Parts: sequence; C-alpha cells; structure tokens
Amino acid sequence: MRSLTHLERLEAESIHIIREVAAEAEKPVMLYSIGKDSAVMLHLAKKAFYPAPPPFPLLHVDTTWKFKDMYGLREKAARDAGMELLVYQNPEALARGINPFEHGPLHTDMWKTEGLKQALDLHGFDVAFGGARRDEEKSRAKERVFSFRTGSHGWDPKNQRPELWNLYNTRKRKGESIRVFPISNWTELDIWQYIMAENIEIVPLYFAAPRPTYEYEGGLFMADDLPRLEAAMGKAPEITMRSIRFRTLGCFPLTGAVESTAATLSDVVQEMLLTTTSERQGRVIDKDGGDASMEKKKQEGYF
Amino acid sequence: MDTPSSFQTDALIAEDIDAYLAAHQHKSLLRFITCGSVDDGKSTLIGRLLYDSKMIFEDQLAALESDSKRHGTQGQEIDFALLVDGLAAEREQGITIDVAYRFFTTEKRKFIVADTPGHEQYTRNMVTGASTADLAVILIDARKGVLQQTRRHSYLVHLLGIRHVVLAVNKMDLVGYDQAVFDGIVADYRAFADSIGIEAFTAIPISGFKGDNITTAPSANTPWYGGPALIEHLESVEVDAAAAQAAPLRMPVQWVNRPNLDFRGFAGQIASGVVRAGDAVRIVPSGKTSTVARIVSMSGDLDEAVAGQSVTLTLTDEVDCSRGDTIAAAGDPPQASDQFCATFVWMDEEALKPGRGYWLKLGTQMVTASVQPPKYEIDVNSLEHLAAKTLGLNAIGVAEFATDRPIVFEPYAASRPLGGFILIDKFTNATVAAGMIEFSLRRADNVHWQPTAITRDDHAGMKNQKARVLWFTGLSGSGKSTIANEVEKQLFVMNRHTFLLDGDNVRHGLNRDLGFTETDRIENIRRVGEVAKLMADAGLIVLTAFISPFRAERRMVREMLEPGEFIEIFVDTPLEVAEGRDVKGLYKKARSGQLKNFTGIDSPYEAPENPEIRVNTVDMTPEEAARFIIQQILPLK
Repeated sequence: MRSLTHLERLEAESIHIIREVAAEAEKPVMLYSIGKDSAVMLHLAKKAFYPAPPPFPLLHVDTTWKFKDMYGLREKAARDAGMELLVYQNPEALARGINPFEHGPLHTDMWKTEGLKQALDLHGFDVAFGGARRDEEKSRAKERVFSFRTGSHGWDPKNQRPELWNLYNTRKRKGESIRVFPISNWTELDIWQYIMAENIEIVPLYFAAPRPTYEYEGGLFMADDLPRLEAAMGKAPEITMRSIRFRTLGCFPLTGAVESTAATLSDVVQEMLLTTTSERQGRVIDKDGGDASMEKKKQEGYF
Repeated sequence: MDTPSSFQTDALIAEDIDAYLAAHQHKSLLRFITCGSVDDGKSTLIGRLLYDSKMIFEDQLAALESDSKRHGTQGQEIDFALLVDGLAAEREQGITIDVAYRFFTTEKRKFIVADTPGHEQYTRNMVTGASTADLAVILIDARKGVLQQTRRHSYLVHLLGIRHVVLAVNKMDLVGYDQAVFDGIVADYRAFADSIGIEAFTAIPISGFKGDNITTAPSANTPWYGGPALIEHLESVEVDAAAAQAAPLRMPVQWVNRPNLDFRGFAGQIASGVVRAGDAVRIVPSGKTSTVARIVSMSGDLDEAVAGQSVTLTLTDEVDCSRGDTIAAAGDPPQASDQFCATFVWMDEEALKPGRGYWLKLGTQMVTASVQPPKYEIDVNSLEHLAAKTLGLNAIGVAEFATDRPIVFEPYAASRPLGGFILIDKFTNATVAAGMIEFSLRRADNVHWQPTAITRDDHAGMKNQKARVLWFTGLSGSGKSTIANEVEKQLFVMNRHTFLLDGDNVRHGLNRDLGFTETDRIENIRRVGEVAKLMADAGLIVLTAFISPFRAERRMVREMLEPGEFIEIFVDTPLEVAEGRDVKGLYKKARSGQLKNFTGIDSPYEAPENPEIRVNTVDMTPEEAARFIIQQILPLK
C-alpha cells in the first residue's frame, strides 16, 4: 500500500478537472496571468495531456501595465508548452489611456473585467480556466470549481450548482459560460512546494534582488518603467534602490513590494511561513469598496 | 495563546527550512466536514483551528478585530466565526448559507475543511460537503444535547459513506466542564448511532471559544477526559487508502489522448486498485481484453499507479475504448446494467418528475435515465419510511432507475467514484439530485452482446423503406390526428408499411391505467415512445398523434431512437383557432372548470424549438399538409 501525499492528491484532482473540461467543453481556454498560480496551472495542464500539448490556447488579458519580466516569461511559457498564446487588450482602455493613477478603480474595471468579457465573447470561449484559489480571500472559499456565469458574465452566489464527489455538471445554454478553477484546493504553501518539487519556471520578481523602488500612498512599489510612471504621475517619483521581491504579481503600479533578501525558493517559502501578513495585503484591489469588494467585483464579472 | 507542539513550529522553519520542507513534502491530506446546528459553534471552531495553526495573518486579524466590534456576537472578544462567514449576505444574517472550504496544516497533516450549514433547508449543502470528506466532526452544544439536527446530520454522514465520525461536544465551558453532562450526551448519541449503523465514533469534550481540548488534552478544565485532543485525533486517523487500493482496478476513461498515429493513451483517475505495466485488463462494457503497455507521465513512465492518481495508460492492443468506458482488472470486472436501485437526495426547487428523462452522470458516463415513483421517502428526523409519489427539495428517497443504455457501476458502499451519481435537468441544466447506488436490478445480458440474426435494417430493407417515427405534437384540436391519418393514407397508396398510434388505440388499452396528471402524462408518452421504438425496430413508419406537451419527453423519445429516425412535426395551430374549433367540446369544459390539467388552459404546452417540420393548419387543408409532410421526408428509403 502506498499513501498519496497531499501534493499528489491535489495534483490528481486538478488534472482530473482539466481533462473533464477538455472532454466536455466546446471551446475552452486557459487564462494565463503569468503569476505563480498560473505557472502551476499551466504545468498541470501539460501533465494532464502529455505527450500531447494541452488542447486549448492560453489567453492573457493584458493591461499594458504588467512588469517587463512578466511579458518575457509569457512568450516563453507558451512556446515551451506548445500552446497558442492569445493576448487581448481592451481597445477602449487603450484608446483612453486608462492607467492606475488617474483612473483608480476604472483601471481594473476596464482593462481586466471588461477586457476579459470582451476577449471571451470575441473568441466564443465557453469555458475559461482560472488560477484562483479558495484560500486567497473569504468570498473565494465558497466559490465552486465550476463557476457558472450568465450570458453577461455575471456571477450569482445564490445560483451555483452543487458539486458532489468528482462529478462536474458542465451543461449550459448557449451564451452562458463557465469559469473553472482547477487549483481551488491548493494553498499558497502548496503552490510553492509544487514549484520546488516540479522545478517550474516562475517570474524572477518573486525572488529578492536590488531593484529601483518608490513609495506611493504608504506602499512600496517598483519603478519598472520610469518614463511611463513619470508621464502618468505628472512627475518622476523619488527612486531608491532596495532589495525587494513580490508575493503576487499584477500591474506594477498596483503591486506592493516587500523588502526582502529571499533569493532562493527555500528562502521565499521560509519568509512566507514566517510572515505575518496575508498574500493579498499588497494588492490594492481588495480595499476599495469595503469588505465585500471582491464579491461585488465577481458579480460584475471579474475573475 | 500558547503554541502547541503539533502545530508547525517557527523554530524549525527559521533554523532549517529545507528540513522543514522535506518533512512537509510527505504529509498526507485529510478532508473533513463539520456539521452542527446553527448555534453549535462550527464557524467558531474552524476559526479557532485556523487561528491556532497560524493560518490567520496580522492584517486578517486586524480586520477581524474591527469586524468583531461591528458584527460580532462575542462582546469585545474576538469572534472567530467572522473569519469564515465569507459572503456579505451571510454576514448580515449572521448564518452560513453555503459550503465553504478552509485549509490548515499541522506538522503531521494538511487539512481541507468543508464548513457546512446547519439550517434545515440546506441538506443539499451538507450532502455536497460530505461527498468528498474522509471524516465528519459532528458538533453538539453541551447545553442542548443530541438534537433532531444531530440525528439528521449523522444520518447524512452515514448515507454519504463517511466511516470516521467525531462527536465534538462543544461549549463545555458553558456547562462548567461537567463530566456527567458529557457522558450523558455520549450515551444518548451511542444509542442513536447504533440504530443507524454508525459502527464507531470518537467523542471529545471541547470549547471552540475557549480552546479546551482542541490542540492538547486533557485541558486543565477537563482532567477527567482521557482521550485525544481534536487535532491529535484528526492527525492520526487512517485515511482509507488501503481499502481503495486493495479493491480490483477500475479506471473510468476520461479522455483518449491521440497526438499522432503512433500514440493512443487512455487518461483517467484511478477509482480503485493498483495498475502496473503488464497487467491484464478488460474494457467494460464491451468486455474486450488487453494488457497495460505503459503508464505514461511527463517525468517518465511509472512502474505502478494507485487509486486516486490521474494517469495515462497505453495498451498493447488496438482495442475500442473511449470516454465513458472503464478499464478494469481482467479477471474481476465491474457489472454493467441499465436498471438499479438507489438512494437519492433531491436538490432542486422543482420536484422529481417520475418517468421524465434526466441526464445521469456517473464517473465519465453520461446517459439518459428515468426514475420510477419512489418506493418511499426517508424522514431524516425520524428515519421512518414514508409513502411518496415524488421528492421535493432536500427530500431523500429510494427508487428504481432505468438508463437508456447499460452503464458500468458498483454499489456506493463498495466504491464512491463508481457508485455516486448526479442527475441533471435537461431543460434547466441544473444539478437536481445526487444518488448512491444500492444494487443492480438485473445484470445486463449484453455485456457480451449477441446481435439478433435479423437486424432492424433487415426488417426495414425487406419493406423497401427506412424506419421512421413521425411524431405529431400540438394542442388539442390542432388537427394532429386528422393530418396523421391523411399522411398514413397517402403513404399506404405509396406501398409503405405504416402504423398510426393515437389516443384512441393507446388510452383505451396499453395506457388505460393512466390519468392526466403531469406524472401520468409523462408515463403515457414514455410508453408510446417505447412502442414506437419497437415498431421502428420492426421496420415500420410509425405515426403518433399525441399532444405531448413537454419538450423533455419529446426529447426522451428522440434519444431512444437512432439519429435521424425521429421526425418532430409541430402542428402549429394557435390556441384561439383550436379553441374555436373545439370539435369535442373539451375547451368549453376546461374553461368552465369541469376538466382539469387541460393543455393550453391550465397546463402548459411547450412548443418545439426546432421541429423537423412545422405545418400551419390555418392556411393549409389536411390534404395539403399531408403532402407537404411527405415531401419533407422523401426519399422514403
């Protein structure tokens, strides 16, 4: 008798979910945000279909404000997986020059929420994989693995299907879509351990290095593109070199850095385990709109 | 708060992270559910477990403290329940209304907790949470003892096949940590557990709020308690891996992996048993045998794989095998049948319609199934068997199921993955029921299929035609029978072999036991469909003229037949025209209330969305309509 470890059980469950979608969806797509959770999800997809490449494309809903290192890994990861990479930028947000400094919450709304809806509609994708985890945030803890969205991409927490055993009901009407979260049951520590065990490539920004930083409204940020920051902020921020890293990755002006010297995976995990603040704390998005803000965003169609 | 030894220690993490990670890498996983009544303190207990296992960070704690002041029910103390009551609507109502999953880890194990609500109307959620749990923690308020809800939750836990039960007698602080109170509750519970077949349980006196016997035992307040603390127990319970691996191999095929002509892999999650290269296997239901060639993985071929793993197998022979088939131990394959008896939980607002076709998903198989009227409903409070004609939301019953083709399964008690199924409404797509198979009603003889010597094609070929079912649907008085008669006359002249089924020759004989309730109407159509199918098998062109008001039943008949054989003909006559004709005076009776459940008046007619043929009886005579229909179905062979 051989007992499966927790990582083996999580891996088997995720692969089962990914294959179930491939078998039952009409036109699935994997949303790829280039972060560590996306990296693990992509790796699981590769394992699920090896030796074939995963039978769906990757979709990055871009805001134009991601870190340069993220754009670099994006192309490589898709190439290594043998998958088509689709990149979508909301043309209206592009035309209006939407940015996090002048437009506040509109930045997330237009680039991410609207951009995602537009991209799914444009390509006619009926099922989209996302790398969200239940341990990230309170309203996520009740999210189903298969989350149903109306024709207008809305999420109704009271109208979700019960999920029993490993049986997923993927039937839907034309126009309706499903967001599927294959790593729902993984924790942040599980993700890191799996990255270590499977030697998965992640964006170097997760590891500490001396980087140009500035302070803004009480947070510490990286000046990934100084001329652009200067243009958006009206003046150049004061730059200090600090040894920093990131716990999550998003748009660089919205993603808080932590001062750190953790330069290896072991160091990063050690720091994570000893840390006293939660992963999403560095993200600005949860705070606007009070404590039900994520739930509200999801009802509007945010991932 | 003292940090007990079983939780992860910061010291090891700080001193030797690699040693810590190496140990952590090999932890096992335990999934459990907590169930209890509304005020038994489930959320508080889970909040406590998260807090004690350091799954709560400073920023969350700060938010919790401010929340506690705003919404809390514990005065100025931290209200742990607020940590886990996620959705805004719930926080306002102060109750948990859905299944939430929480995660924590100790030095020995990782845990996934399904937090399930205690409210009566949410049986559905508890069943959902229990379906993936290895263990159940049943909470009892020490002040209240064993309640009806406790019995209900215990029954559901047992029904869903959870073998490890913990009775957590909570709020011991509110009864002065009195051993007599605890012993009394345990004795009460034991009597009940015995009566429903729960073989063993572990009872622990705790206080989720104060922290007694959560991480270490005995707490200073319960020196009389000699058992383990809750966490210690959760860490040491055996996960049922041995039993699953000792069972014969079953792997439902999820996906056939065919990147090129040289590779054909069968991907799926192993439901039970162990597989090694060289093992003899049988594909069910076809019964074909082969041998496992490789267990393919991205990091190299595996020597063996065990229950629970998701794998890709290749076989030595080019056998037919696709999604829905099961790869099984050659010498001990599972049964396949199209009839079985199951216990099931109804989860939808719209009650079960016996006889109607639902999608049934079991493993990777998806078939159409109909449910007989329940043998009985189980009162989850008294556990009495009640007579029932249907099941409503949150009701549990036992019934016979029939599927449109044989499926591979095992009794739920032997295999969760091959014994549990869901039912899906074909119209709303909602998951309407969860079922657990008790036993097969007959072994399908066609596991090794013996075709009859004269096939249905032979029958039809001899008649120089193609079998068809021309299904006329429309309101009463729309002209279905008149037009169907005319079509039959014209086909007869063309030397075609036909038969017309209508209300007169069916309602007076085969279906004379049926009335006009919704359930009887469904059964009426089901029988007509079966007869039409037999006649089509015999090579006939069958014409049926029934109102057949529900889409689901028309679809059920369509799915019984070969693709292209079912021709839905919508006799599209507006209600006012049909009512104006009122040849039999039925509309008048229905309008005056003498006739109940009359289609179009007080019972709905669901018009076809995409009928093969639509005829307009306002502009066409019956002869014209019949000619139009025959033109549409040409050629006849």
